[in-house]
Amino acid sequence: MLKKLSIAALAALSLSAGGAMAAGGAGHVEDINFSFEGPFGKFDQNQLQRGLQVYTEACSACHGMKFVPLRTLADEGGPHLPEDQVRAYAAQFPINDEASNMHLYDAENDEFRALKETDFFPANNSQGAPDLSLMAKARAGFHGPQGTGINQLLKGMGGPEYIYSVLTGYTGEEKVEAGTTFYENTAFPGGWISMAPPLYGEDVEYADGHSNSLHHEAEDVAAFLMWTAEPKMMARQRAGLTGVLFLTLLSVLLYLTNKKLWAPIKGKKLNL
Amino acid sequence: MSGIPHDHYEPKSKGTKWVESRLPVIGLLYDTLMIPTPKNLNWWWIWGIVLAFCLALQIVTGIVLVMHYTPHVDLAFASVEHIMRNVNGGHMIRYLHMNGASLFFFAVYIHIFRGLYYGSYKAPREITWIVGMIIYLLMMAAGFMGYVLPWGQMSFWGATVITGLFGAIPFIGEAIQTWLLGGPAVDNATLNRFFSLHYLVPFVIAALVIVHIWAFHTTGNNNPTGVDVRKGSKEEAEKDTLPFWPYFVIKDLVGLAIVVTIFFAIVGFMPNYLGHPDNYIEANPLATPAHIVPEWYFLPFYAILRAFTADVWVVMFTSWITGGIIDAKFFGVLAMFGAIIAMALVPWLDTSRVRSGRFRPMFKWWYALLVVDFIVLMWAGAMPAEPPYSTISLIGATYWFAYFFVILPILGVIEKPLTPPATIEDDFNAHYGKPAE
Repeated sequence: MLKKLSIAALAALSLSAGGAMAAGGAGHVEDINFSFEGPFGKFDQNQLQRGLQVYTEACSACHGMKFVPLRTLADEGGPHLPEDQVRAYAAQFPINDEASNMHLYDAENDEFRALKETDFFPANNSQGAPDLSLMAKARAGFHGPQGTGINQLLKGMGGPEYIYSVLTGYTGEEKVEAGTTFYENTAFPGGWISMAPPLYGEDVEYADGHSNSLHHEAEDVAAFLMWTAEPKMMARQRAGLTGVLFLTLLSVLLYLTNKKLWAPIKGKKLNL
Repeated sequence: MSGIPHDHYEPKSKGTKWVESRLPVIGLLYDTLMIPTPKNLNWWWIWGIVLAFCLALQIVTGIVLVMHYTPHVDLAFASVEHIMRNVNGGHMIRYLHMNGASLFFFAVYIHIFRGLYYGSYKAPREITWIVGMIIYLLMMAAGFMGYVLPWGQMSFWGATVITGLFGAIPFIGEAIQTWLLGGPAVDNATLNRFFSLHYLVPFVIAALVIVHIWAFHTTGNNNPTGVDVRKGSKEEAEKDTLPFWPYFVIKDLVGLAIVVTIFFAIVGFMPNYLGHPDNYIEANPLATPAHIVPEWYFLPFYAILRAFTADVWVVMFTSWITGGIIDAKFFGVLAMFGAIIAMALVPWLDTSRVRSGRFRPMFKWWYALLVVDFIVLMWAGAMPAEPPYSTISLIGATYWFAYFFVILPILGVIEKPLTPPATIEDDFNAHYGKPAE
């Protein structure tokens, strides 16, 4: 009985563990099938590049990304841009919030120097908008059922899905409270967000001719932000897969060794 | 070292004789590795090795992380991101360390509950048990302080809430809290001392692990029947036992390999599943998260802490009888620590003459209920502190205390245990048949 009971207990334990992050009256988060989900998932390089474009042309006006080094845009397992393109991209990237980026101030010439690929994306606190470097890991969706965390086990943590859902979750309703305008949003906890709808669809023109509907733009930038939050994801999943394969092999070999070792003690004949 | 008669190391070569007569270290290692171990141990006995692995993993990955981490309120969060993005292999080391803590606690809970079922805490293993409980407490201290180091929102607010518990102590609480924090609130001084202690505690744990092993190598392992190894002669003892090497080393390694395989799958494919998203937001003393939740391994005791609110009659009564000195908050703190102390006292609370739960028909059910209770408390601890969760927590907490302070003492008296097999050899042979001669 102990055995059966404990198997059930372990299963429940591992599930309830996920419940730690489950509390909270969250809004509705749409489940998206991103290319990077699951153990064999991969970032779609083109999608990351499109997402970068959305970030650059829309989000970066208010949101900084101070933990992301610009040079990593050239990394494999990321947008994988050519290095000269990264340099050019860095050089033209505007500093929208000078006060938060004083390390880029060149006192000699009394100006803010152009960004280099060795710099990070600038911080941006001009509008009080949160930094987006880690946003896809700092938010989650799919809580439950009943705080058990089972949904997250099946669908993933829901960070990029949350971003997608906020970007596409505006109902068009507005209200003004204490001088601040709030916009109704079906994904945002509480239902009212102070961020004006940042995307309407056809906000950017994709070079690869991909559809720039609101749905696609939101999906692309959500994928891009998952990469900024977890730039080593593909390397990690590869390491995980290699680890699991070799450890499985090791387990099997040890199991057989153990079986053979114990056979005479247990009075069994083995045909090994 | 062991009380079970067995062969001791005899140095044969000139070199080993030279060493052994000056420092008997080879003999010590030999005796440790060759200790006679009950041959009927089942798979629940592998978790000790898993725990040893966890300690080594945490120390090794931790030391590497320290090489790149900066314990300062303005730099800590960025330095963790530096590890995740710029340090070669840093993301793996960090995720191994992060999830290693979870594996550590997962293993220790199974290890503890195995002991609770098979009566491993009973005479003569009380000291093994108590040392184990001290290790567990230190693990909680290390886990808590380690969680503060990344300086995310949950780090900061978790530290604020937990150190606040000490502030609930009457009269001297506030002074103690300030002393612990190194200031009036969680700040740079707190982060620095937590970092210092987080580095120190694992080595204290390592030392206590040696004491833990020393203690049970003196008494010998417990086993699923709870029947003692025959110690009359070496021949007799050898019928009940097998040397640890190679039989149990290989068996333990099988278990360890399987556990580590699953562990690697979690680290590789879902490293943030057990964490909290809020900890990827840098600590901000001005913004309180909607729900402050500790890591999963603290949840059962967190539930007990929160269960005793001011409207519970025990709390009201205690508050009245002590003239308000023990208020609801302090009562909760006492309950939480009491829940752990109850576990530590179990060698003297369990009155049964029979060691193993396998031969205790009534105990089995109460024990099973305790396991369920633990999981329910874990779940309730993650939920908001409001009905019905507060009521569930209260029932769970009540059962926890009832199990240790009421059920175990009474069961030993009223229960009619089954007769365990006379020897470990009998148990083993009943399971596997007589060995081929």
